[in-house]
This record gives sequence, C-alpha cells and structure tokens, in this order.
Amino acid sequence: MPATERKLTQQQILRMKANGETVLHDAPETPRRHVISVRLENHVGALNRVVNLFSARNFNLESVTVGVTEDPEVSCLTIVTSGTRRRVKQVLRLLDRLLDTLSVEDLAPDRLVERELCLLRIGYTKGNRAELMDVADIFRARVIDVTPETMTFEVTGPTAKVNAFVGMMRPHGILEVARSGRVAMRRALVYGD
Amino acid sequence: MNSTPTAPFKAHSFNGRPAPEGVPQEPKGPRMSGAEIFVRSLEAEGVEVVFGHPGGAVIKIYDEMARLKPRFEHVLVRHEQAGTHAAEGYAKATGKVGTVLVTSGPGATNTVTGIADAFMDSAPLVVFTGQVPTALIGGDAFQETDIIGITRSITKHSFQVRRAADLAPTIKAAYHIARTGRPGPVVVDLPKDMLAEEAVFEYPETVTLRGYRVPEEPLPEKIRQAARMIRASERPLLYVGGGTVNGNASGLLTALARKARIPVATTLHGLGAFPENDPLSLGMLGMHGTWYANMAVQHCDLIIAVGARFDDRVTGKLEAWAPHARVIHIEIDPSCVSKNVYADCAVMGDVRRVLEALLPRVEPGDTGAWLARIEAWKARCPLTFAQDGKLRPQYVIRRLSRRAGGNAVVTTDVGQHQMWTAQFFTFVRPRSHITSGGLGTMGFGFPAALGAAMGLRGAGVTVVSINGDGGFLMNAQELRVAARRRLPIKIAVMNNGYLGMVRQWQELFHEERYSHTGLADTNPDFVKLAEAFGCVGLRAATPGEADEVIEAAWRVRDRPVLMEFIVPEEEMVFPMVPSGAATDDMILRRFSEE
Repeated sequence: MPATERKLTQQQILRMKANGETVLHDAPETPRRHVISVRLENHVGALNRVVNLFSARNFNLESVTVGVTEDPEVSCLTIVTSGTRRRVKQVLRLLDRLLDTLSVEDLAPDRLVERELCLLRIGYTKGNRAELMDVADIFRARVIDVTPETMTFEVTGPTAKVNAFVGMMRPHGILEVARSGRVAMRRALVYGD
Repeated sequence: MNSTPTAPFKAHSFNGRPAPEGVPQEPKGPRMSGAEIFVRSLEAEGVEVVFGHPGGAVIKIYDEMARLKPRFEHVLVRHEQAGTHAAEGYAKATGKVGTVLVTSGPGATNTVTGIADAFMDSAPLVVFTGQVPTALIGGDAFQETDIIGITRSITKHSFQVRRAADLAPTIKAAYHIARTGRPGPVVVDLPKDMLAEEAVFEYPETVTLRGYRVPEEPLPEKIRQAARMIRASERPLLYVGGGTVNGNASGLLTALARKARIPVATTLHGLGAFPENDPLSLGMLGMHGTWYANMAVQHCDLIIAVGARFDDRVTGKLEAWAPHARVIHIEIDPSCVSKNVYADCAVMGDVRRVLEALLPRVEPGDTGAWLARIEAWKARCPLTFAQDGKLRPQYVIRRLSRRAGGNAVVTTDVGQHQMWTAQFFTFVRPRSHITSGGLGTMGFGFPAALGAAMGLRGAGVTVVSINGDGGFLMNAQELRVAARRRLPIKIAVMNNGYLGMVRQWQELFHEERYSHTGLADTNPDFVKLAEAFGCVGLRAATPGEADEVIEAAWRVRDRPVLMEFIVPEEEMVFPMVPSGAATDDMILRRFSEE
C-alpha cells in the first residue's frame, strides 16, 4: 500500500531558509528504500505487533524476514520499506516504542550486507538445457531438484542479483518462483572510515 | 509464529532471562489458585476500585472475591464500555491506574471503545479480560474472541497469561507499563483454566522489561538551547497539552509562564494545567479555541509546546500554522516529535523533569509589548453569546462554573456542549477537566463522572457531568450505579433535540440538510428517566429557571441530580476554524449575523 508523502510544510521551508539551506519550493522529499533491522523478543505475537504497526499507521511494507539470532530468546527481523527520511524516522520511533523490540536500526545502503535466497523452477528441453546451465553458472546458482522436464535452481545474493537471475530465466518459461525477502546486517567494518 | 502472544515469562525468569545462578529457583509463598492470585495481586498493587462485570470465563475470580472480601471495591457497571470509561474517569481524576475486569467474548469486545479512548488520550488503564480455557483457544468456543488481536493497535501492550505462576509478575508488569512513560491501556487476557491452576503466590517487588524504555533525563544541551531560544524570543507562546497534566507538571508550568511572562494557550486536555483566571491565560486554542489564542499562534515568534502533540484540531491547515514561529517541543514520547510540525528544539523526556531543569535558566522576560497586543485582541473579540432572554447553553455553563467555584471536577461528553464547557467553564486546577478528546467518544461523559466520583469520595470535590441529549443516552444505564452508591454527581443535559455538532456542520457546510440529526422524536423524558433510576430530575427552560435548578441541585447531597436544560437548537459553537482551514481564518459568528 503506497504511503502518502507529505510535502515540506511552510514552516519547514521558512526554517530551512533561515538556516541558510537551499530549498526548492514545493519540492517533495524524495522517498527511497530503507532496510530496517529489528531485534525482537522471540515469543509468539511479537512479530504480529510489528507487522500490525505498518498497516495501522499506513506505512509501506515491502518485505519482512524473521529468524532466530545467536540468542534463542531474540529474533531478528529485516524489514524493507520505502518512504521519505521523515516518514521512516517516524516508523523507527514507533517501532522503538513497542515493548517487544529490543533494538531498531535503519541500515544505510552503503553500510549493510544483505542477501536474498530464491528458488526458481523452470521447464527445459534438450535444446536449452546447456544455455540454462551456463546462466546458472554465471550467477553461481545450484540445481537442487531435477526431473526429465524441470529443474529447480537455488540462487543467493543481493536482491539486484536475484532480480537479474530471474530476468535471465524468464524467456525460458519460469514455472514457479519463491523468494525469501532480504536478510541484512550492518557491516562490521567499512574501508576508508 | 501464531497469533496468540503469551506472557513473556519462562519458569522463574522474567522476560525470558534465566534467574541468576545461586538464587533459589522455587519462589517461597503459599500455593493458591490463579483466581486467588489475581485477587491477592490486585490487593498487593494497591488497587482501590475495580469496574467490572462478571461472566462465565471470570466466574472463579468473582467466587474468590466473595470468599476473600478483598480490600478493593468492585463496582458492578451495567455495560462493560461504561466500565472502561469509568476507569478512565477514575484514572484522570486521581492520577492512579484504572482497573477493569470483564468476561470473555462480548464482555471483552464491549471494552474496545473504552480502550481506544484511553489509548488516544494517554490514560493509564489495566483491562483484565476473561478467556476460554487454553485448550479451546482458536476453536470458536462459546464466548471466545481474540481480544489480544482485536486490541493490538489500541493498547500500549498486552499479555495473555497461560500459567498461574506467571500471573502475579504479569499483573505487576501491566500496572508498571500502564503508569510509566506516556501512560496508556494494557490488556491482560486470563484463560479460565489458568485461573483454576494452582501456583505459589509471591508478588514481585520490581519489574524488569528489557524492551521497555522509560524516558531518560533530558539532555542538558537541549535545555540550554531551549532557554536560549526563550531568552531570544520577543513574542513567545506556551502551547500546553494533556502531557503537562499527566506528568504532574502544572505547578512548574505555571511558575515558568509567570517568571518569563509568557502567555499560555492550552489544548482541550491541557485545560486546568494553567489557571484560566490568570491574565496570562488565553484559554483554549484550535478549531473552537478563542480567537485571541489563535491570533497569538499566528503572530508569535516562538512556540513552546509542552506535552502536546500538534493535533489537527489544534493546527488546522499545517502549512499555514504559526508561520513566524520556531518550535520548542517538550515531549515524553519520541514518536510525537516532528510528526506533524517540525521541532527546531526537541527536548525529550518527562515534562516535569524538563521544566524543573528549564525553570532556573529562564529570566523574567521583556514581553510587555507582546502581552499588550494580546490584551488588545482579547478586548476586540472576547467569547460571547446572545443575551436575549432565551436559555443559552453558554449561560448554563457560566452559571455552573460560578456555582462550582474552583472546587469541581467536570467531565464532558462529545459535541457542542463539550466545546462550550471548554470555552465558558473556568478551569483553575489540573485534573479538573476530563473529556474524550482524541477519540471523541459519545457516551463517555457520564460514566467518566461515575469513575471520578468513586475516586474522589471524601475529597470534598463536586463532580459535575455536562452532556448533550445525544451522548447522554448512550450510557444512561449507569445512573442507577451512581444512585445506589449515593454519589452526588451534578449531571447537566443540554437538550437541544439534535446531535448539535453534526447539525452545526450540516448547517454550515451541507446546505442545512439536517439528515438524521433530529432527536426530539426519540428522546425520553429525561426527568422521569432520572427518577426511574433513583436520581433527582429537574428541568429548566429559561435563565431564571436554570439558576433555581442549579441551586436546587447543589442542595442534594445523597444521590445524583439530573438537570435538563432546554436550549435552542440553532445555537452554534463559535468561533470556529473550518476543517482544513488556516487557524486565523476563523468563522466568528453565524453568516446571517454578519
């Protein structure tokens, strides 16, 4: 569900000008994609509270993945949402307000490692089998299930890579795709810091 | 994950954390049923009043209450919604946590409106709901409902207690969560088999919730920045909301305003946080606020928002609101900061702590010219109403205000009478005005007065409940509950035979098509209604009669008095900022009178 983006208020424009910032009049803040990492109490219902918050507060929710962390009492959620900085800040504060959340972090695009898993089933013939295997090799995809008519690939990588792999396979007649959504973490070290 | 949350307690641990090694694992104390643990826990928590209604799922608790004769009092309300509103009235009047106990299914769903109301207006409430036995949950059992799921977006937090051993720590946590930080409602769901299960009772002394962040001390640099901004301002304005009352910071706020000579405009929930008989008071701001308060907003160069959330009823058209002002926002809930209006200086923390730190840093301000300008606005366009011999509702409110003096707690319902009360009643003490602001719940006013009266027995305070004829009937059944307890609540019903506020909008914005707002045909005889419930019923249709009725009502000491005031249907609430308009674009009077 697309969240409605509010333009800068008159006051904000006045203030920004007073602070010497350049303001394009009426220019809406550009929304961008944010990856939010949430550490959550690992008990039933906690995930519901987080997901519920997005629909109740009219925020966009592109993908959610959840799994247990190094601490079995804690699960880790990776949420992908898009919106203006201000709107996402509001999401972070509302998430933080929940009692089940232990930490909430907006992962900056250049400071995160992320992976997505994709399973893709495709019909093949003698004619295109070799080409399919070539593409799979380029993307380091593995065959995890095979029958005389179908093959199932597993591919892992950043979302863009998974998108590209699915795009390459599409002309060959995809039968089924299942994707995990993103799993992300902050980078431990950024070179050049 | 499935949809039923359990209490976050594992055996002998809190929130999943194992007990420290070397600590005895088995709690010491007597073994008893979950139902008895419930009663004992409420006693240990210091609960004074429970607003409740029994039913199958909580029958064991009621059985224990009959057997144990607990220290708290149980008020049997006649509808669970009213029980929740009464608990909110109790909480707002006393500053304590309100407690509600209902059964599963319909008992639980009837509390939903009250929970939503408490959530919007930040009232501390703990609502205990019965639940079918754990083995039956999810199977469409008789009187089963997923109340945790239903209330998820209108509670501060919720628990389902599946083991009797978790009950006492969960109750402790629920009251802690409801009371601290920004207050709010907490739901605790009690499956029937858990209430029969036996466990050792030991009421914990402390609560550890690792995911719960109570506000930290305000940052000193933010205090310094705020003080600097106040010193630099020539035309400052305090915009005071309900957080000031909730945070028990009214005294500090008053001291700050008087020391720095800053005028004060309050929101609906901020009424009473600053004495309205002080010359610095501008009354209420916003949609039905005073013209001079809104003019002050539009011309000030600094807004100091204290425990307020920039609601749309306050700001109107955001782009045009307070165009010359910088904003200091003192707020306990970070998610309210820069949500609607950008805060140049956000001071996050408990309002009381912030004002304590700020007060010594502000200096007596040179705001004489600004205050003189405001005085001129006050003289130019004061709040007025027609003095034509008819019984005007504003006249009634003025008389009630004068009769009650500063020693009353007023609850209102929702609609025109609510706005007239905000405008014409003089509030001088915090917690003297209780209303449904955020949710705007018709039927809130009278049960809230019942709860306030229960909490203030023996305090020498008169509880006044001001209603319209529409909302009053939504929870009129509680009259009997108040009568049985001999609570001398003064109930005013402003009877104009219409859903007045909707009628006003129909007249102003929908070409006078009064679609389904006429109530005269379906209104009861309010005097007889009061008498049927064992209350005194009085009626007035002229200003003279109104004076007599009010005097007569104040002479009744042993039961509620319902005063019905027959007021003209065409009366409207002015001034008014139309929805979505700029705050200085106010309608001051009826178009035909211009």
